[in-house]
Amino acid sequence: MSAAPSATPPAAGATLLEVRAVSKKFGAREVLKTLSLNIASGEFLTLLGESGSGKTTLLRLIAGFEQPTAGEIWMSGERLDTLPPYRRRVNTVFQQYALFPHLDVSENVAYGLRAAGTAKAEIAARVTQALQMVRMHEFSAAKPAKLSGGQQQRVALARALVNRPQLLLLDEPLSALDANLRKEMQSELKALQREVGITFLFVTHDQEEAMALSDRVALLRNGDLEQVASPREIYEHPATAYTAQFIGQTNLLRGTVRNGVADCGALQFRCPRADGAALFSLRPEAIALAGPSQPRDAVSFTATVRQQIYAGATELLELETASGTTLRARVPSGADVAVSTAHNFVFAAASAIAVKE
Amino acid sequence: MSAASTTSPRSPWLAAYATAVFAFIYLPIVVLVLYSFNRDGVGGFPPRHFTVAWYRQLFADSAIWDSVLNSLIVAAGAVTISLTFGLLAALALDRTEFPGKALFRRLVLLPLVLPGIITGLSLLLFAVRAQLQLSLVTIFLGHGTALISVATTELFAGLQKMDRRQEEASLDLGATPWRTFWRVTLPNLQLSLIAAGLLIFTLSMDEIAVTFFLYGREYTLPLEIWGRLRRGITPEINAISTLILVVSIFLITIWYHLRARSERR
Amino acid sequence: MYSRTYKLLVAIPPIAWVGLFLLFPYVLMFVHSFWTVRDGSIVHQWNLQNYVTLFRNPLYLTVLFRTARIAVSVTLLSLLLGYPLAYYLSFRAGPRKELLYQLVIVPLWVSYLVRGYAWKTILGSDGVLNGFLQFLHLTHEPVSALLYSPFAVTLTLTHIYTPFVFLPIYASLEHIPRPLVEASQDLGAGPLKTFFRVILPLSLPGLLAGATFAFVLSFGDFLAPLLVGGASGTMIANLVQSLFGAAYDWPLGAAISVFILLFTLALLALTQRLERRWSFD
Repeated sequence: MSAAPSATPPAAGATLLEVRAVSKKFGAREVLKTLSLNIASGEFLTLLGESGSGKTTLLRLIAGFEQPTAGEIWMSGERLDTLPPYRRRVNTVFQQYALFPHLDVSENVAYGLRAAGTAKAEIAARVTQALQMVRMHEFSAAKPAKLSGGQQQRVALARALVNRPQLLLLDEPLSALDANLRKEMQSELKALQREVGITFLFVTHDQEEAMALSDRVALLRNGDLEQVASPREIYEHPATAYTAQFIGQTNLLRGTVRNGVADCGALQFRCPRADGAALFSLRPEAIALAGPSQPRDAVSFTATVRQQIYAGATELLELETASGTTLRARVPSGADVAVSTAHNFVFAAASAIAVKE
Repeated sequence: MSAASTTSPRSPWLAAYATAVFAFIYLPIVVLVLYSFNRDGVGGFPPRHFTVAWYRQLFADSAIWDSVLNSLIVAAGAVTISLTFGLLAALALDRTEFPGKALFRRLVLLPLVLPGIITGLSLLLFAVRAQLQLSLVTIFLGHGTALISVATTELFAGLQKMDRRQEEASLDLGATPWRTFWRVTLPNLQLSLIAAGLLIFTLSMDEIAVTFFLYGREYTLPLEIWGRLRRGITPEINAISTLILVVSIFLITIWYHLRARSERR
Repeated sequence: MYSRTYKLLVAIPPIAWVGLFLLFPYVLMFVHSFWTVRDGSIVHQWNLQNYVTLFRNPLYLTVLFRTARIAVSVTLLSLLLGYPLAYYLSFRAGPRKELLYQLVIVPLWVSYLVRGYAWKTILGSDGVLNGFLQFLHLTHEPVSALLYSPFAVTLTLTHIYTPFVFLPIYASLEHIPRPLVEASQDLGAGPLKTFFRVILPLSLPGLLAGATFAFVLSFGDFLAPLLVGGASGTMIANLVQSLFGAAYDWPLGAAISVFILLFTLALLALTQRLERRWSFD
């Protein structure tokens, strides 16, 4: 909040943050490779990637804990990367929350307002409001060590949001929580973001979490952006084989296209593409057991079921075609299949998505 | 992720201040070493005329070397006593409960933080009461007892780091407690034992505050040095101090290597 | 998992040894402090005269206050030198941190006596400092006020205890999770605010441990005053030492020792309580 008050956030949907050709090296190791990314005002954007993909580094560059080796970062028409962290209208929810152990909950939440020299009465009012928002007002006098992980998480959120930052950075904030609490916090986080209307930049390595929360997902791979798209787009139309494999499960089919027909060994299907080598992603749930009614442009094939893995509503079948290609199919539970037996399967040709290597 | 960059911006004033503190810490040591090679002895500025005469004089000084021998004997005894009882005390503190345990812990560790004169004088009263002749033996008793505190601290830390399940596994595999102690517990503490031994040895070689009240006719090295200091400034003290410094640095180096190794495990 | 025999075997020997050679001597000291000296020999007559003397005799009081003053000065100066050094190493030294840490540790093992002696050679009227001042033509006559003064004692003890004060402070600074510092900056607090609101409060236990150590050990020091203190630098432990030596009044010496002992224990109890209150994990 100590930043220049003149910089007002742009209207919802307009560009808030611009990462312009930013690269970062630690010694000889290149962690980010000339990366550019825009974040729209009010958006919930997730940086998704494996550990070492550079997602946390990008977050730390925006927060100001690291300096870019090259490139610039702009926010609301103001250059950000040259400012120290305490002059940026950006707040962070840290991975292990980083609550101050010597301060109680309300002092923790008041920390940023006090640093900005806000009037006492206003601090009190805003701290109460922020704690009510995360349903932690009963704990305002407790020390962080007395709180559970989920409670600490809420306090960390309140501590950041109370400053009304233009951009909230969240560094794997849910990774320390157990599975149930995690699901619960996901929906709370999403609701909270809608309520406050602040732009969220969220870092995670969990693709399901990214899908559940985000307006857009930016997938990072080895310090570079692999694909930036809405969860639906990135799942249904992965641009690359890496994206297809990282987000959800998939079958990768390698083959050649000739005269509008793709030939992937055991499978042949119509494909409106130029001739040449091609790679396709076929989601397991796109494959179904052949039944009486078949979809148009259905491709059918025979395969032996090698394994059947039960997963509640669905089950996963591992298939082997006559030519030795293995495929995975996800079918509704209770399907009439037997292991080591050949069955007929179908998929729609359009569900095989051509992807880049 | 590397978190270094935000927490270490350039701060020339602080760096200058730290340098000045280093200079203060090292000034006397540098002066000491420098003037041990000064022909005109200690004092005056700048030192001129390099000489090793003081070292030659030192090596011919049998009183000093007698005291060095005495110190070595006392230190060896002190290491033995304090490691033995320090190990037992650490084991007792780590894995037994008895009434007065908290008091025992405080008592054992007290010499670490208590001015040496108190421990020295108490032992003097004890020696008089027990009609012990003041000699190297009383000095050794003093060092051995006071330095149990150091041994206990080091070995207790070693025990805390040790994986208790190793002992459980040994017992589970049919080894007797006695055998488990020798084959599992002690080998695990090996590095702590060596490190504590070195530390106690160094501290005993240098001890004066307790020794001061317990010596008889035979001097330890610090007592010999003390006697000469009282008479005035003599350059061979610079020479012996420089030698002590070299030996200490040698021992510290070993100590740190061992410590680093034990921390890596 | 440990048998009764095992427990007895490990507990009894150290308890017996420490009881005989540490506790019993301290008790002897305590008992002596209530006796008295008559015609050059110790009389086993219980009384509080020694303690009355300690707190009534102006000589003892003067020395006691001087000792406290020197010990406080040493503590403050060691903190003033040790804290910024520890802060620099922990937060600003970057990759040189390890090396610099070793550099602080090395002098810790240089003989106590030798360090006192080195200051004597520096501060003496024909010492290195005077030689240096004359070499620069800043003075023509040797400055004799440097050595044999409370100042010399304070300087020597500060030199001895600065690394000791540094160590626990450095340890507590290293213990502070770095994300807390980042969180503070992230919330808009600049370097100064971050220091006073986060780093300093979280390093208080280390600061307190170092300060206690420096205060207690310099309060009971008698060697530095003997080496560089002269008559005007006499401290309380010097009185004890002379009462056990030339002055031959062991009971009075014992009473002063007991006072130092109890004072130390009280201070340790107090600081331990504070340390516990100020530590957060």
